[in-house]
Amino acid sequence: MPEQAALSGIGVCAGVAAGPLLRIAAVPALPPPAPVADVEAEVGRAVAALAAVVAELTRRADRATDATVAEVLRAEALMADDEELRDGVREHIEDGKDAVHAIDAAFAAFREMFEAAGGYLAERVADLDDLRDRAVASLLGLPMPGVPQPGHPYVLAARDLSPADTADLDPGQVVALVTEVGGPTSHTAILARALGMPAVVTCPGILDVADGTLVLVDGATGQVGVGVDEATAEAAIKAAETSAAAAASLTGPGETSDGYAVKLLANVGSAKNVPAADEAHAEGVGLFRTELLFLDRAHEPSHAEQVTAYREVFAAMAGRRVVIRTLDAGADKPLPFLNQEGEPNPALGVRGLRIARQRPEVLTTQLAAIAEAREGIDVDVWVMAPMVSTVTEAAAFAAAVHDAGLPKAGVMIEVPAAALRAADLLKVVDFLSIGTNDLSQYTFAADRMCGALADLLDPWQPALLQLIGICGEAGRQAGKPVGVCGEAAADPALAPVLVGLGVTSLSMSPRALPAVRASLAGLSHDDCKRLAGLAVAAPDAAEARKLVS
Amino acid sequence: MPTRTVAVGSSSGLHARPAKLFVEAAAAAPVKVTIRVGDKKAVPAKSMLSVLALGAKKGTEVTLEADGDGADEALDGLAALLARDLDAEEPSDA
Repeated sequence: MPEQAALSGIGVCAGVAAGPLLRIAAVPALPPPAPVADVEAEVGRAVAALAAVVAELTRRADRATDATVAEVLRAEALMADDEELRDGVREHIEDGKDAVHAIDAAFAAFREMFEAAGGYLAERVADLDDLRDRAVASLLGLPMPGVPQPGHPYVLAARDLSPADTADLDPGQVVALVTEVGGPTSHTAILARALGMPAVVTCPGILDVADGTLVLVDGATGQVGVGVDEATAEAAIKAAETSAAAAASLTGPGETSDGYAVKLLANVGSAKNVPAADEAHAEGVGLFRTELLFLDRAHEPSHAEQVTAYREVFAAMAGRRVVIRTLDAGADKPLPFLNQEGEPNPALGVRGLRIARQRPEVLTTQLAAIAEAREGIDVDVWVMAPMVSTVTEAAAFAAAVHDAGLPKAGVMIEVPAAALRAADLLKVVDFLSIGTNDLSQYTFAADRMCGALADLLDPWQPALLQLIGICGEAGRQAGKPVGVCGEAAADPALAPVLVGLGVTSLSMSPRALPAVRASLAGLSHDDCKRLAGLAVAAPDAAEARKLVS
Repeated sequence: MPTRTVAVGSSSGLHARPAKLFVEAAAAAPVKVTIRVGDKKAVPAKSMLSVLALGAKKGTEVTLEADGDGADEALDGLAALLARDLDAEEPSDA
């Protein structure tokens, strides 16, 4: 890699940042076995390495702001601080192994037991490997594997990021993310958007850049400038700040330059996200994800508990619209109380509204809780179901919503079958909301988590836009609202295309709202329709992007 | 030697958080406590890896054993902890 280079990938979270590049430290390779002269000294070295791992995990746990993350880190520390493990290490050293190989062998014994136990424990094998790698790195004088903690701002580079890597990622140190693989719906992308951190994925070459090289990351265009000078980086950051400030100064309801109204709404998981939505002048909530209340729970939350959680959001959004989505469990969000283990292909299994086939009472309880939560509050509550495929399912859901005394029922469009029958669906429900992430996955038969297929999951894919257009046209005919609440809605360049396709509301992370509002304000409704026509007619996603920008 | 046999009450089994709470309590006990499933080998209750490796699920009967001053009290406390559904209890603010 030359000292200066321009790399490019897919920008997944807009923003510009610069800093020295540091990569996730790699897993250390085991050196060849070495003879041991002094057994006691070797045991001392091994025990000290394990103690260093415990100390590091404890330090991270102390610093973690999230109680769950802290608890996970403490449990890992407890696994490394284990007398049986130390005894095993000592025995292997007494048998002639050096400290590195003794640690490897001692962990391997537990690894075997975990694998033999199967199920949950087999999944914890990765934790054991991670602890071993950390101890080995400490012995070899290498940085511990994982996200660096240099104590200064930097750009984090990795092949891809897993939830474990980023559980306690410190936004005070990491200013941008760049990954070699990963797609627009990868964990990296979701994390970046949650933190509002500029990020570029699918960026080949990033791992060839030397640690410490100054890089400039543009999360909107996907460009990564390698080896830029300080002055260039500063100028780029300043220019981005100026245009962000200009976008933020624009407030009020979303509309095109000629006054065509497009509701700009926020995606929230709980009342905690409402202040950010208010700050971005959201006109309401377009997606209230209720599964956060259910995650990591052995039992279904009680009716009363649900009422409290929903009521908090409704009260905070008084006078506005809240589109609440019923439980979206299954696939990547399995819930212990639903006992969904063992589906061979969970993304195509019993998830979303399909759970009501087996457990109708979960939906009934939830609808009753939503109905009770809105009592006495002046809030416009709409209820929608995830993973709907047929008109029959939609009609049954709408009936359940109305039975609960709730006025507006809608369905999400995530399955191509539903998009194709949008007009029929709108005969039995009041609105549609398109979940572009899942609609991409099911339209292109490409796993959302599969980085190698990131190009297929690009929201600019003309076939995806065509399906959105079918929904938009159905909404226009029926005079009913059609929203988009996937990440596509957050792309300022794509938002006008969606509006041109007939979408009447856009719901996104609050941070993305100002840029989308500014983008719509710069174009007329006719411009949007023209751009939509160009994008749908394009041969591929890259061309669609180019034609529109 | 004092022993207690108890069925694991936590819905996820003796894993993750329940295992952590149990191991921490066992480490704090004044006596050395072992735990086993059925006739299998007894392992130190304060060893997180060994306790996890038991693979005890909800309803699995485990036997605790300890000797010395305070063994009975320690075992009573630990058995009561195992019988509770620790998953249903919210984590304290760590």
